[in-house]
Amino acid sequence: MTISIDLKLFATLQKYTLQPPGAHMIEAGTSVRTLVRQLGIPEIKAKLIFINSVKVTLDSVLKDGDRLGIFPPVGGG
Amino acid sequence: MVIAWESFRQWEVDSLKRQLPEILSEASCLRTLPDGSNRNIISLPDTADIARRSGRTRKEIDILALEHDIVPERYIRNMDALSMKDQITLLRSRACIVGLGGLGGTVVETLARIGVGAMTVIDGDMFDESNLNRQALSSEHNLSQTKTVAALEKILTVNSSILIQDHTEKMDEDNALQLLENADIAVDCLDNIQDRFVLEKAAKKTGIPMVSAAVAGFFGQVMAIFPEDRGLELVYGPEQNISTTRGAEASLGNLAFTVSLMASLECAEVVKILLNKNSDLRNRLLIVDLKEHTFERIRLV
Repeated sequence: MTISIDLKLFATLQKYTLQPPGAHMIEAGTSVRTLVRQLGIPEIKAKLIFINSVKVTLDSVLKDGDRLGIFPPVGGG
Repeated sequence: MVIAWESFRQWEVDSLKRQLPEILSEASCLRTLPDGSNRNIISLPDTADIARRSGRTRKEIDILALEHDIVPERYIRNMDALSMKDQITLLRSRACIVGLGGLGGTVVETLARIGVGAMTVIDGDMFDESNLNRQALSSEHNLSQTKTVAALEKILTVNSSILIQDHTEKMDEDNALQLLENADIAVDCLDNIQDRFVLEKAAKKTGIPMVSAAVAGFFGQVMAIFPEDRGLELVYGPEQNISTTRGAEASLGNLAFTVSLMASLECAEVVKILLNKNSDLRNRLLIVDLKEHTFERIRLV
């Protein structure tokens, strides 16, 4: 079974965005960690992960309709 | 003879103090605002003159005027988004701005204009050419000048009634507590992740809130941290696990519009915290994407 999620990668992670950007079909039961690996994103750069605007961990499991965002560490001023 | 003159001066100062509300009232005039309402206002030369003659500071005169329903004209367009009481609270507050580069340069000017009455400004660096693309205080004429001197000049040019403490040194674990002394709020305008943790620790120890922003290319983030909040570790992970002091900005750089926008967002939060003692950005991170023009507020706990 597949589910649909909306994926948004920020800043330096944008280069890992699947084409076309936006909604993607993934296997039900997929964790964020699995998806991050599939996308080729180094885990150390996936510091801030959020689903539907709430912070989650790499182990969180994605559900149909979730909006997933991943933001790298940012420190400039 | 000298003593008599000094006594006379003191008598003049004392009697002026007693009559100050009356003098302020006489110097004020009625102004019709764009919404048709009327306000008593007093001009900058008049407040400066009254301050000089009464031996008080301009800030004291501004506050006294506001207490008597007279708005110093320089703050008239802060009304009524800010009340007179709000303006007095801001004038009585001290913000400590740590880092005077891209974020800090815009923060000091904005807080000076809105009327935060005292500022501590801290940065150990001098301007160089690579700052010109975004740092509001830098110019082709002040390269090699310290950032604190530029901040001092800017603040006094915009609002000379503001009290300023400037420290041309880098904040570190040894001096942080002393640098935050008397501040009501800390504003994190630093340019690397490690130093942000140093400031956070000191702000927590001092018991004051802190507003923190960071930028990289078209992206920015801002949050508010109160002493009891977990704060930066919610965004960056535990301090001991941080492997690099630089974030995405190492490859994306810093753009002028992102920096000034994030600095403005910091100032909005600083003002609201000084006035309301709370913030909607506690335990939350506002993420700004200027490529796609999205603002997303993330709940961190």
